[in-house]
Amino acid sequence: MAFGAFQTAAPAATAATPASQRKSPIALWLLLPGILYLILFFVTPLFSLVITSFQEPVPGGFMGEYQNAFRFENYVTVVSTYFSHIGRSFVYAFLATFFALLLGYPIAYVIGVKLRPYPLWQSLALVILIAPFFISFLLRTIAWKQIFADEGFFVGILKSAQIIPADAYLTGTPFSVVFGLTYMFLPFMALPIYTTLEKLDLRYVEAGGDLYANPVTVFRTITFPLSLPGVISGTLLTFIPATGDYINASRDFLGSTETAMMGNVIEANFLVLQNFPAAAALSLILMMSILIIVSAYVKRSGTDDLL
Amino acid sequence: MAGEVSAKQFAEAGADLSLVNVTKRFPGFTAIDDLSLDIPAGSFFALLGPSGCGKTTTLRLVAGLEEPTEGRIVIGGKDVTDTKAYQRPVNTVFQSYALFPHMSVLENVSFGLRRRKIADAEDKAREALALVELGHVANRKPAQLSGGQQQRVALARAVVNRPALLLLDEPLGALDLKLRRQMQLELKDIQSEVGLTFLHVTHDQEEAMTMADTVAVMNLGKIEQMGAPEELYESPKTAFVATFLGQSNLFVGEVTGSTNTVVSVSSGGYELRVPSERAVAHRGTITVGVRPEKVSLHQSKPSVDANRTLIGPGRVVDASFTGVSTQYLVEVPSVGEVTVFAQNTSLGEHAKEGDEVFLSWSVEHAFGLADTPPEEERFVDDTSTGSVAVQEREKLEAELEEA
Repeated sequence: MAFGAFQTAAPAATAATPASQRKSPIALWLLLPGILYLILFFVTPLFSLVITSFQEPVPGGFMGEYQNAFRFENYVTVVSTYFSHIGRSFVYAFLATFFALLLGYPIAYVIGVKLRPYPLWQSLALVILIAPFFISFLLRTIAWKQIFADEGFFVGILKSAQIIPADAYLTGTPFSVVFGLTYMFLPFMALPIYTTLEKLDLRYVEAGGDLYANPVTVFRTITFPLSLPGVISGTLLTFIPATGDYINASRDFLGSTETAMMGNVIEANFLVLQNFPAAAALSLILMMSILIIVSAYVKRSGTDDLL
Repeated sequence: MAGEVSAKQFAEAGADLSLVNVTKRFPGFTAIDDLSLDIPAGSFFALLGPSGCGKTTTLRLVAGLEEPTEGRIVIGGKDVTDTKAYQRPVNTVFQSYALFPHMSVLENVSFGLRRRKIADAEDKAREALALVELGHVANRKPAQLSGGQQQRVALARAVVNRPALLLLDEPLGALDLKLRRQMQLELKDIQSEVGLTFLHVTHDQEEAMTMADTVAVMNLGKIEQMGAPEELYESPKTAFVATFLGQSNLFVGEVTGSTNTVVSVSSGGYELRVPSERAVAHRGTITVGVRPEKVSLHQSKPSVDANRTLIGPGRVVDASFTGVSTQYLVEVPSVGEVTVFAQNTSLGEHAKEGDEVFLSWSVEHAFGLADTPPEEERFVDDTSTGSVAVQEREKLEAELEEA
């Protein structure tokens, strides 16, 4: 269901090939490795996660020792303990998605539509957009930490220009975390939008102008609706990983304890506190919440009509 | 509304269109070269020409989808050269239909009305759909319609706005013959009923001739000749018009004498005469033409009076029976090949391949052209650099024409 939204590149016309109805044993054999892989690395851990999330500590045992049980309390405890982290995760992810769309759409539009007559510039712009992927995202995030550092050049300028007060700081604030998330997922937003805009038939835009629609109306009624499949893919590719991200919000990078997101809490519970049931319960809550939000979103945006 | 036409209201009558010295240059070539054109309000005007002649560019200039390099465009007495497409009281039926794929047929048709905030947009759109007999598909998406249906939706989407000037870019191309005829009649009805001005671009000479009041034949960015269809056909002024609009037999020769009524031309040893008023030039080297259906075929030398031109004997090199008529290709020594269309009005013996025949036509049917037909080699070497350059250019022009 939700995954249908990712198929921006596949036109609906190729669907319904009679070949898919023929039960070819070769197709089954080709599917087998994928199915086995998913069973081994997705279904099994998921079961293990569910079982872990209901476990209880072994009475009198060491730290990190748990036994199988059915303690639903684990869920209640984590929700009440980490309620603010859960909320923060979704708010930050939503903001990052929003800003990435705001920044990514114009980039995608310029590359996909305006640069179309100049293929060389178009390719160059795409390379620039993808270039950050060639550097480890950890390094990139550390670089941003340097830039936002209290004694850094950037903050210095802002202070001397009195844009921010002299005692203000950027690292460890929600601003820097949302900024980092936006930056990290910008290409994931811009690329799917680019692929739909790159295929946009400009004759529709011309026809809109011919039918008395000014450029703003043309964008609102024609260009944007036609690029919606890309927008949906982009927002999903940004929102889902951003919700679970634990690098940007981490104290070691752009965040602080006040900006900790679910990913950071899960990390802390698993690796530091060794409270495996709490971490597992949080992971499942995160997963379920994303699934619910995403399916509601995809259903509401009615992508089936557009693809 | 005296003359002044705005994109904000329904046109109550067609607007006249003037192109004043319009030139459009694309990088590397000139698509339209100093074109001036006046189309009176309420007329059905066809721009006819081969692909790459600049006719679609002309249409796009009028619609506001391209900007002229030089010159002015005036619609209904108002200079619209510097306005954008959406500000012009003009609608286009695009060759590619360009129906919005994410909207229903009804939403497509009411799009222009809603942009202009016209009351009862939906009802008016339904009426327009009923006019093209597509009321039953109002809620479908364009992709669910056949090519012909899409074309009719495109037509409805433009006509529903009652624009002062409707631009048609080969709109009937994808229709089958029957539907095509039907749509031609409907278009004609809409045009005369509302009195809109239609500018129709086509490469189909039959379509242009049956529908338009005035046809302008375009070639290489210029208008070769303009006039009523009959006039263009019966007295073409240039070799291009004579051969693009129907077929013509053309003879190049020197003028040997002229009176008030007749110009005599010597070509291949024959004296060809043209009525003075049907000859563009009266001296020097000119081209005399005659339509194949005006030529009579004689199996023995006839005695002709001064009102007919006789050439021959020649030999029939090809005879093809097409039902209504038979097309003959007659090789006349020192003149060349002459095409003859003979009506099959009688049963019995007809000329066969190899027969010796004479040809004659009435002097009044001959026409004199301003230019000579381009020297075309029968078999041009396709791989010669010159030929490749020409082909590349034609391809490029065709692409630009489509774009």
